[in-house]
Amino acid sequence: MRGTASARATMSLPALPRARAPILFGVLALLFAILVGRTFYLQWVDNDFLQERGAARFSREIELPAHRGQIVDRFGEALAISTPVKSLWTFPGQFEATPADRTALARVLETTPQRLSARISAAGEDFTVLARQIAPETAARAMALKIKGLNEQTEYRRYYPAGEVTAQIVGFTGDQDHGQEGIELAQQEWLGGKMGSRRVIINRRGDVVEDIASVRAPQAGRDLALSIDSRLQYLAFRELNAAVERHKAKAGGLVIVDARSGEILALANLPTYNPNARNKTARERMRNRALTDVFEPGSTMKPFTIAVAMEAGKVRPDSVIHTEGGTLTIGRATIHDAHPAGPLTVEQVIQKSSNVGAAKIALSLPAETLWKMLSDTGFGTAPHTGFPGEVAGRLRPAKTWRPIEQATMSYGHGLSVNLVQLVRAYSIFASDGELKPVTLFKTDSPVAGRPVISARTARAVRHMLELATQPGGTAPKAQVAGYRVAGKTGTARKLEGHAYTAKYVASFVGFAPASDPRLIVAVMLDEPSGGSYYGGDVAGPVFSDVTGAALRLLGVPTDAPVDNVILPPPGSEIHEET
Amino acid sequence: MMRINLVLLAALIACALSLVTSRHEARRLFVELERGESRAHQYETEYGQLQLEQSTWGMPARVEKIAREKGRMQLPPSTRIEVVDIGKGGGAP
Repeated sequence: MRGTASARATMSLPALPRARAPILFGVLALLFAILVGRTFYLQWVDNDFLQERGAARFSREIELPAHRGQIVDRFGEALAISTPVKSLWTFPGQFEATPADRTALARVLETTPQRLSARISAAGEDFTVLARQIAPETAARAMALKIKGLNEQTEYRRYYPAGEVTAQIVGFTGDQDHGQEGIELAQQEWLGGKMGSRRVIINRRGDVVEDIASVRAPQAGRDLALSIDSRLQYLAFRELNAAVERHKAKAGGLVIVDARSGEILALANLPTYNPNARNKTARERMRNRALTDVFEPGSTMKPFTIAVAMEAGKVRPDSVIHTEGGTLTIGRATIHDAHPAGPLTVEQVIQKSSNVGAAKIALSLPAETLWKMLSDTGFGTAPHTGFPGEVAGRLRPAKTWRPIEQATMSYGHGLSVNLVQLVRAYSIFASDGELKPVTLFKTDSPVAGRPVISARTARAVRHMLELATQPGGTAPKAQVAGYRVAGKTGTARKLEGHAYTAKYVASFVGFAPASDPRLIVAVMLDEPSGGSYYGGDVAGPVFSDVTGAALRLLGVPTDAPVDNVILPPPGSEIHEET
Repeated sequence: MMRINLVLLAALIACALSLVTSRHEARRLFVELERGESRAHQYETEYGQLQLEQSTWGMPARVEKIAREKGRMQLPPSTRIEVVDIGKGGGAP
């Protein structure tokens, strides 16, 4: 039947051109060759790309975020802590929400539907974030609305519970949780975690079904304990803040160091900032002035001059120094005492803070001896607390000193220090002549100091410093009820360019209890301009308040009768040198 | 010969079925593991938040503010602090 039909068709059609069959064959062969070529190309040449695209349908690489370590104080109280937050995002083109959905979403995000719509339409076709770093519960409620095109993403946000109180010490992190300032920057390696990842197969609903490659576990950052005591830190900040306001100072710093271990228990700086909301904070508020700024210390240097002269055997505490009626001329320069006195013993030079007395003692020594002692005490070298950007201060080599410079250096001009350096230097008087390394990190074992002066000299100077806080000294306002305190005031004119101005830095460095020092405290106020600018008037009371409260808080036994504070009658002048 | 083939076929079918069930079991356990892990993560998150909360609520600045405003208390200036000596014998009078 079929044969007949085809035979009939063949018969009814004219003969085909002879070339037709080979041409057709050629064309088909060519098409076949193209197909083979294409197959070869896909299977061997472009294979990797296609495999990848195929895998993308069912497998995902999931990033596993790592937790950044906490920064805690010495008792484990959190000072910096990371917690996951969510961000909601969408592509406006894919965002399909009914007006009811939008109203509901706006209510969850605590905004108005108008504002939400404006935000979406303003983005055009770009990726837009609807809510940044919101609480996970809020995000969960938003996602529960099941709006198509609405996505969430997990991020970590760093919080600083103590805010401005510890801002300059702790610092802060920037993009991608990377430390940018302070301890956050210095200890990035320690705190920072390493992100992990895993490759998984997902089903059509997007749930993870199985791991297909080995999981690279995220490595969480480690926690870091600082030496800071939150309670003392707050106390220091509070009192410093009050003093800066009362005396209209430009800036201020306060450092409390444990005299035995060298740990920094509190370090407060003003002005400060809130690290939790720092969008518009000026860089200069972020500076940790106690470590990164230097100043000429003024009279707080005198005890070192006396100590070195005693070590060299030049003077004893009861040696008499003639103060020449309060002036001393060296070359073309003259040193003045603000309150001229007659002959003074070495003890009284400290007690009354006589510039002429200190200068005469300094000039009796070879420059090299004075330099070596100051250098051994840490002047001119950074304190190595583990804080980024700390400065060394300036102590010029002894060979370059002219006599007038040697004289002015004896009372703290012509060299510069930062506040922590000054506190560290005073550890030689608070201990029996040992310089303790200071640190911002909690230390468990006692640290050995480096002997700088003999125990005998240290005790003698400690006694002089105690006299300075008693009536007749320059800092009676630094006294603390129930405790014997020792310390030295400083009131230094500020050097601007090459000239001394009428601006001052008022400071007080001391320690308590004097019978067995536990705390070394330094207070510094920059440009007090509310009347008095003397260290004894401005910084002394801050020392008294902070030290008294701190000793009581730490439960340090009293070493003096409770009615030991004898203030001079109000209105009487307290003699203070500049 | 025929018998061995049948035995092998039966073994093959048994193996194939057990593969299917164990595969299924593996997936089920994996899902369970996933759930457990996500719960652990959730607890960890919550723990972090609670720590943060504790720290924030317990900050001395906040405690003082509340004491001052709600409790109407104030820190006395040093001139108004009286230190009393309970004497060598100890104990309050």
